[in-house]
Amino acid sequence: METAVFIVCAAIVLAGALGVVLARNAVHAALSLVGTLFGMAVLFLNLEAHFLAAVQIIVYAGAIVVLFLFVIMLLGVDRLEDLSVEPITGQRVLAAIVGLGTFGLAVVFLLTSDIGARSVGTLTRDITDIGQYSNLRQIADVLFTDYVYAFEATAALLTISVVGAVVMSRRMARGDEAQEAAEDD
Amino acid sequence: MMAGLSLPGPTVIGLDPLYTGGVGLAEVLITLLKVGVAFALLMVAVMLMIWFERKVISDMQNRIGPNLAGPFGILQTLADGIKLFFKEDLIPEQSDRLVFKLAPYLSLVPAFLVFAVVPVGGDFSGGNGRVSLFGHETFLQVADPPVGILLVLAMSSVAVYGVMLAGWSSGSKYPLLASVRASAQMVSYEAALGLSLAAVLLKSGSLSTNQIVAEQSVWNWNLWVTWVVPMVIFLIAATAELNRPPFDLVEAEQELVGGFHTEYSSIRFALFYLAEFMNMITMSAIVVTLFLGGPNGPDFTSVGWLSGVLWFFAKLMLFLFSFVWLRATLPRFRYDQLMDLGWKLLIPLSLGWLLVLASYDVAGDRGWNRAAAVIVALAIMAALASLLALALRAARQRRELDPQGEFV
Repeated sequence: METAVFIVCAAIVLAGALGVVLARNAVHAALSLVGTLFGMAVLFLNLEAHFLAAVQIIVYAGAIVVLFLFVIMLLGVDRLEDLSVEPITGQRVLAAIVGLGTFGLAVVFLLTSDIGARSVGTLTRDITDIGQYSNLRQIADVLFTDYVYAFEATAALLTISVVGAVVMSRRMARGDEAQEAAEDD
Repeated sequence: MMAGLSLPGPTVIGLDPLYTGGVGLAEVLITLLKVGVAFALLMVAVMLMIWFERKVISDMQNRIGPNLAGPFGILQTLADGIKLFFKEDLIPEQSDRLVFKLAPYLSLVPAFLVFAVVPVGGDFSGGNGRVSLFGHETFLQVADPPVGILLVLAMSSVAVYGVMLAGWSSGSKYPLLASVRASAQMVSYEAALGLSLAAVLLKSGSLSTNQIVAEQSVWNWNLWVTWVVPMVIFLIAATAELNRPPFDLVEAEQELVGGFHTEYSSIRFALFYLAEFMNMITMSAIVVTLFLGGPNGPDFTSVGWLSGVLWFFAKLMLFLFSFVWLRATLPRFRYDQLMDLGWKLLIPLSLGWLLVLASYDVAGDRGWNRAAAVIVALAIMAALASLLALALRAARQRRELDPQGEFV
């Protein structure tokens, strides 16, 4: 059962990933990304990580890709683009090298680690009593004890980046207008 | 294979006692029956809801409304559905055909899935919500996943795609504007929806809808356990999330023609229409589950499970009528008013209220004076609110003095 779910979801994830790269239309690429994210969510469910699965959909599919689509629609880049011209020189060669390197590292990791020896059952056996000790409680315990500084630092980083984005967008507008005013004079 | 089946089965589908003894043919059949009943129930409910809305709104506007098809016009929706089904299906020339066909289903499917986690009956006063179905103990809900209420949030965020893609793929100007506006609205109010929900989760200590309902038995409803404010915020945010009046900017006829589904006709339009009303019903059901104790209530029948179902239905009707009433009463918000309400009032207020509730709980755990803790929390909330108000006033004054932003 687990294997069957894994095979179907892995196929969806891979097809979505290929779609992201190969689709010529930006909106289609974003939708393929949603497919990948959903496949990942089901894979999380298969590993009994319910909370992660739900958060994967709420945060990634529900917020981040929606923002991608927003930008695509508002900027009107949903028309077919001319792919024969490389926007940044050397970008494609670099992308191929980095991609192959990452793939190689993943393969080496998979071949050398003992993760294949452990079955899914032993990884999740200790949380069978879900009502007493749920996913959510486990994550909360770890997040607010061992990793509380990392957690707070991430929160601060996000807040700073929001404030920074607002400040920068205001500065830009002012700079443009000051320039225009100078040109008018 | 069977051993592998029994391990992930119970926890993926949920904590339903049906699956504790392994999954065999009987369990599969009962689950299929529950799915079928829930599906049929929703479809009929949508049909009646459309008729109900048209009838009530005509009464409020001093006219008769549908009265020809069937007694009291009750079959009008069916007639409309059949008509829509047989109309010509138009796909605009400029549209993105694949996405255009996909979008209505992205609206419809989440609406169905949300209803799966709603407990529609069961005796929660002592029986923990279990009923006996063909000799098997089970819950009166399709599934009780451990992440229950997060599924509702996830599905409401997926529903945004239906609206967004429908507008974009139409290849037409007004639907695109409407869908950008609608998705901005839905994404904004999802934050308020989730934050007001956090208050319920804080008190219930569980994400499972069945657990949340069990915690509220019999009169311990979250409406007063969380001190009313989260429910008000949730209701306002839900109305906005459903694009119901007074938040129906999505289909502001004067500005946007028919909204995001202007280019849709025939059965695809019917699917959007269906999804809209189904969302209304499921969202009302979620409010009943979260704040009004679901099927909880004093047992006035001799049959154990019937009283719960009747209570649930009565509470559901309360909200369904309110939605129609709101539509008949309130004019539409302006877009900036809508955004101001969401971002500057509802989200800060629900965060502040979470602080107050948490301080009350923490004070209880630590043996502090609960009243003092709540007063301190309210004082902090008031201080932050006045800071926010000051910042907003300063920004507004500066905008009025200098509308072009030249001398900032």
